Amino acid sequence: MVRPLWTLLQRDISLIVTRRQDVLTVVAFFVIVITLFPLAIGPEPEKLRTIAPGAVWVAAALASLISLDRLFADDWRDGTLEQLALAPQPLALTALAKVLAHWLSLGLPLVILSPALGYALGLQGIELAVLAGSLLLGTPVLSLLGAVGAAMTLGVRGGGALMALLILPLYVPVLILGAGAVNEAMFAAPYQAHLSLLGALLAVALPLLPLAIAGALRITLD
Amino acid sequence: MTGRSIPWLKFTAPANFYTLAQRLVPWLWPAAALCAVAGLYMGFFVAPPDHQQGDAYRILFIHVPTAWMGMLLYLLLAAYGAIFLVWRIKMADIMARAIAPTGALMTFLSLWTGALWGAPTWGTFWVWDARLTSTLILLFLFLGYMALHAASDDREKGGRAASLLAIIGAVNVPIIYFSVEWWYNLHQGVSVMRSDGPSMADSMLAALLLMIAAFWIYAGAIVLRRAQAEALSREARTEWAQAAAAGRLTREQRERAAVGIEGNRPPLESGGQT
Amino acid sequence: MWDGIGDFLAMGGYALYVWGAFGMVALGLLLEGILVARRRRQVRARLQRQSRRPAAARNQGE
Repeated sequence: MVRPLWTLLQRDISLIVTRRQDVLTVVAFFVIVITLFPLAIGPEPEKLRTIAPGAVWVAAALASLISLDRLFADDWRDGTLEQLALAPQPLALTALAKVLAHWLSLGLPLVILSPALGYALGLQGIELAVLAGSLLLGTPVLSLLGAVGAAMTLGVRGGGALMALLILPLYVPVLILGAGAVNEAMFAAPYQAHLSLLGALLAVALPLLPLAIAGALRITLD
Repeated sequence: MTGRSIPWLKFTAPANFYTLAQRLVPWLWPAAALCAVAGLYMGFFVAPPDHQQGDAYRILFIHVPTAWMGMLLYLLLAAYGAIFLVWRIKMADIMARAIAPTGALMTFLSLWTGALWGAPTWGTFWVWDARLTSTLILLFLFLGYMALHAASDDREKGGRAASLLAIIGAVNVPIIYFSVEWWYNLHQGVSVMRSDGPSMADSMLAALLLMIAAFWIYAGAIVLRRAQAEALSREARTEWAQAAAAGRLTREQRERAAVGIEGNRPPLESGGQT
Repeated sequence: MWDGIGDFLAMGGYALYVWGAFGMVALGLLLEGILVARRRRQVRARLQRQSRRPAAARNQGE
């Protein structure tokens, strides 16, 4: 049962990575959104430092939303999704593999890039590590939640904007905990509690949300 | 849906539901009005002004009921969504869909009245307080449900997707609430809110309870009315719906519809024997 | 407990807030009631038209 999923994972990653365009677009989007903050708020280092965790996290959430928009769209249009639904593997696991592939190729680059952007906004030392760590724990949850939205809005009018309306409210806890962890680190306060809660969210989301994704996909495919 | 001996299942047939609502609603309107009049009288003419907030506290009599209704209706929405997803009972989707606009309105009104209450008592219309923020997010959840339901061309699929969203939202509401509260407590900025004030005077409590009852009954009536319209519109081709629209739905028509032997749009010559 | 209608309307100086809140609630509920009543009327009228012209109704869809 593991082998077909592994193959699917490899296929999805190579599909995304060979079209380098997608990865570049999402990364560029992430960087540009963060660049907008200093331009809108002003170059004073103190001010930028206070908004840095929030800015990076908001940019990551938006980038995740934008990139997930088309997670299932291509497979749905050419019928691959129906084949996957008929395959002997549970659809939830298939969905999990797809989300994992998506996160590895489009989410992980943001996590890796985040310390550089955090530094540009004035974060230092341990704060950068906490920022990357919080994103590492948090962005998979965002991907899973976003995938539910992507599955629900397949073949529905006004997909992208509608998906933002459906999913952004659900992003709130992750955003609070993620940016909160960095904020704690900035005041030299214990940030572990935030990170543990983020980890708990991930632990809850990992088994449950694939079921929701599979449910949403089945509704679309019926 | 062949549980004729179980009365609850009887009303999963839209025709039976329609008749039940038709009988119920004419009683609900006056009951709601009565509670509202009594509540407003108690609230404005019996309850004394608050020793700290003066007369501004009277907003509480509508703020608390609307806030309650918002949350309660969301839970109901998710419950009907779950029923629809598990048992595919069409009536549950009709009810969920009828609840959503009222829930959104109540949530909006609780934000509005909260802002107008906050302005004189805390000196600001809006604070990013845990309760306000999570209520705002609740409003977005309602709007998302309505938008998803409306955006789908296939009503059945749209209903199921929206129901799934409602359930995910309901699971998330406590998580959102606790995370927002956690966030707010850590930021301890404006500590203006002390919800556990002195105990309320009896007349205040009575007024509040009456107003809560009025909002409950009002919400019940309006949701039933909207569900009736929705049921009629979905069953437009059936004999019972056309008879009901003409105001002469007979018992036999209803029973035939409930067992599901009504044809698609049979002639209506038999009508008119109420 | 109120000194005439003026005092009642003044709400101890909080008139704007109290009446703003109650007014918006009244407006919201009134509007909802009107919209639902209109929807009901429309649906019933449509169904009655349909039952009078069955063939046309079948062609025109919903």
